[in-house]
Amino acid sequence: MATAELPTTRPAGLPPEPEMHPLILNKHGLVSIGDAIGGVVLNGKHPRGWWIGFLSGLAMLQILAVSVAWLFYMGVGVWGINVPVAWGFAIVNFVWWIGIGHAGTLISAVLLLMHQKWRTSINRFSEAMTIFAVMCAGLFPLLHMGRPWFFYWLYPFPNVAGVWPQFRSPLTWDVFAVTTYFTVSLVFWYIGLIPDLAALRDQAHKRWQRIVYGLLSLGWRGSAIHWRRYEKVYLILGGISTPLVLSVHTVVSFDFAVSIVPLWHATIFPPFFVAGAIYSGFAMVVAIALPVRRWYKLEDFFTDHHMDIMGKVMLATGFLVTYGYFSEAWMAWYGHSLYEWGTTMERMFGPYGWSYWCLIGFNCVFPLTLLWSKKIRTNYFWMEMICISVLIGMWFERYVIVITLTREYIPSSWGRYAPTIWDYGTMVGSMGLFLTLFFLFIRYLPMISITEMRELLPRKQGGGGGHSIMENAP
Amino acid sequence: MTPTTPAVTPGHAAHDAHGHGPPAEPTVFGLLAEFETADGMSHAAAKVQAAGYTRYDCYSPYPVADAVDAMNFPKSEMGTVMFVGGITGACTGFFMQYYLNAYGYALNVGGRPYLSWPSFIPITFEMMVLTAALTGLFGLMALCGLPRYHHPLFNSKAFDRASRDRFFLCIEFVDPKYDAVTTRAFLNELHPVSVEEVPE
Repeated sequence: MATAELPTTRPAGLPPEPEMHPLILNKHGLVSIGDAIGGVVLNGKHPRGWWIGFLSGLAMLQILAVSVAWLFYMGVGVWGINVPVAWGFAIVNFVWWIGIGHAGTLISAVLLLMHQKWRTSINRFSEAMTIFAVMCAGLFPLLHMGRPWFFYWLYPFPNVAGVWPQFRSPLTWDVFAVTTYFTVSLVFWYIGLIPDLAALRDQAHKRWQRIVYGLLSLGWRGSAIHWRRYEKVYLILGGISTPLVLSVHTVVSFDFAVSIVPLWHATIFPPFFVAGAIYSGFAMVVAIALPVRRWYKLEDFFTDHHMDIMGKVMLATGFLVTYGYFSEAWMAWYGHSLYEWGTTMERMFGPYGWSYWCLIGFNCVFPLTLLWSKKIRTNYFWMEMICISVLIGMWFERYVIVITLTREYIPSSWGRYAPTIWDYGTMVGSMGLFLTLFFLFIRYLPMISITEMRELLPRKQGGGGGHSIMENAP
Repeated sequence: MTPTTPAVTPGHAAHDAHGHGPPAEPTVFGLLAEFETADGMSHAAAKVQAAGYTRYDCYSPYPVADAVDAMNFPKSEMGTVMFVGGITGACTGFFMQYYLNAYGYALNVGGRPYLSWPSFIPITFEMMVLTAALTGLFGLMALCGLPRYHHPLFNSKAFDRASRDRFFLCIEFVDPKYDAVTTRAFLNELHPVSVEEVPE
């Protein structure tokens, strides 16, 4: 083989790289990136914000423990569920949480395939959020079962009764979709973590840290051949996670759309659900990233430019969601179906009409008027307010959908629904579970990918000058 | 192929097969050259490849495509592994549903045919993604020989920086062209920061 002369700069044939906003501010080098991100984990000094977040999460987690204990003791009757609204808060929270989780996969997989380098500072963080949100989501169907210790009946397994699941039901699809989603998200997250864990192992001074991170890193030593395989796996995982994330919320929407309830039985549901999932997920990422970057002084990696882009994504998905609301009303009117239109009127002006207008206010009016301005998109306070508004709005969206059951075809089957204190307890408790896990994550694992940030660093600062996974697929 | 000295390890048996006679001291893993930049390592890899070495590897804190291209490592086999895994999962998923709902526990839902394949697609797809991802993880571990906690390279103090800010190239003792003196001289010509002998 001839001695190949390797290019040290960008090959002449390619157009020059466009001038972009720097994705890593200040003069970072390979070592300072590791110190800034890995130091958070290794040094063990934590700002007051971390303690406030963690302890409030832990307190809310106790509410979950009490609510679940009472539920197990008394049965699902402690919830407000009744005959027209058989799922109530359980499915509202399930869909809300799983939607929040979707932003993580979107950021790590879809944006990877689309060569969006800015995803690098938030992908680890968002993937962790996905995993914890899916855990919270999974909690609700399990608790709603009444006898959650028989959860494995959901899966096909050989049993003496000779009974197998009904695979033509969207509820069975949901079991497979959510299980796969959780497992694949975990695999994706862990594979991304392996080189970082190796970096922490070599950077750590404390013995227990070297042992724990060493064990978790599987003895990774950064071999060039291993890197090539690693990049290939990472790229393919990105490729298969992209349809996966779309399929999961599509299947969740099938839980509704496959029924014949007016306003549920609609083809708009799958795309509308996916857009809403991304909307709420981005809101959660920004809502958490903003305080965390301030506490840990990570503004060099999660820059105002990132906030600006995330705000634009929220603006776009917000309009997709708004189009969904418009389309629902339009189809009901234009379709000349007595029931569709009657249910729409009940939804807007019936006994639960207030929740519909909350949804429109929190989800459309407030965020979508403000997000147009770049000043607001890069403003700490307003972005936080917008994100919280979107999270509330998206919760109301699912509430409005579920509450449709109180007024559908026959007035004799109409009813009312009111959540009890145990519904609220479980909901707040699930937020506690999420916050507790999340704050433990930022305490013990690098919340930004050290390896990918090093790769992203410009060549003259010692980095790789971009992502080879994105630009030069292995 | 029989080792001439019973005490040698399998790695050194391979060394014998290349006709170098019994190894003098089976205590060396290889010569480790440290570079300051990724380009320095990639250039060195190209030179090492051209010189005819076959048992060597580069080590870096982030993936360096130039280096592995210079090493002439072909496109990764992981694509095939994950493809096979995914197809296996998809077929298993589809036929599991068909068999169970048509034969294992025949369900007549609204008079639909037993092979109502469109309703089996979501689970088929999910099973494909699930198995592809799991074969990806375990295939990666198997092909890279991970987990492996005691690698000779970890004996080198300098190697700690392979996950931080330094780039390494190691020519292994088992390489047929390896020679403690000439290989070291050759590596020194490639402008490393240092060259060090790593004990086994």
